[in-house]
Amino acid sequence: MTFRKYLVLAGVTVFAAAGDSMLSHGMKQAGGISIDHLQGVVLAILNPWVAVGILLLLAFFASYMNALSWADLTYVLPATSLGYVLLALVAKFALHEQVSPMRWLGIALISGGVGFVAGGPALTAHHHEVSPKDPLLPKPGRSGAPEHASAASTGAES
Amino acid sequence: MRHLYTWSGILVVVFFSVVGDILIARAMKQVGDVHAIVRRSGVWTVVGRVLSNSNFFLGVTAMAVAFFSLLFALSWGDVSLVAPAAASLTFIGNAFAAKIFLHEKVDRRRWIAALLVAAGVALLAG
Repeated sequence: MTFRKYLVLAGVTVFAAAGDSMLSHGMKQAGGISIDHLQGVVLAILNPWVAVGILLLLAFFASYMNALSWADLTYVLPATSLGYVLLALVAKFALHEQVSPMRWLGIALISGGVGFVAGGPALTAHHHEVSPKDPLLPKPGRSGAPEHASAASTGAES
Repeated sequence: MRHLYTWSGILVVVFFSVVGDILIARAMKQVGDVHAIVRRSGVWTVVGRVLSNSNFFLGVTAMAVAFFSLLFALSWGDVSLVAPAAASLTFIGNAFAAKIFLHEKVDRRRWIAALLVAAGVALLAG
């Protein structure tokens, strides 16, 4: 894992959380959308919060795809779930909302889950349809932690 | 009867979310390590590879279907049930699907992580 890859994972987390909260703030200003009034969708995009929210979610999707190009889905997904934790912390310390004990327990569980995954290798399987001769393919075990690299590659070459 | 509608709605959302995530993950593995490609042949090679990948388009379509079925499910059931149930079941479904279809090595460490995150998301959103 390089510093750049940690930056991408941080981007996945931050863009998802920021995009979701801006979108939700903007949609509450823009008012509800019903099936009968679909033109409301177009009007909602004119709301600056909604527009910035959509841009941030596009940035989230770009960094999500970037991360999936060098890491497992089961490695990247817990990173996105840290966004929920981030949202709860923002609600508590920036918006001074009440965070219930149940939510603190949820935050603890998610953080624990992320800790479990982060200790292991990022990549355990090369997709079988990718030619191993592809010069652009990362070298086996390059993205994983060294102590897991050998175990990871034996399991993957099926 | 209403429960049945709500839960089948949730399962449809989870199904298409998982299909979308798996297809996008597979597409990006076929594209290859984005950092390495950008270093060697520039960012437009990445864009070209992504846009010529059919799994990418199928994945985006599945995610769009998941999004609209979520809207429908939300109109049948409570937000406080549908949103956390769909989000947390998607984590579990993705762990199974990544093992079967992407041949990821989902070891005990990752199973525990998927279960903890799913439980945490359910508590947070509930």
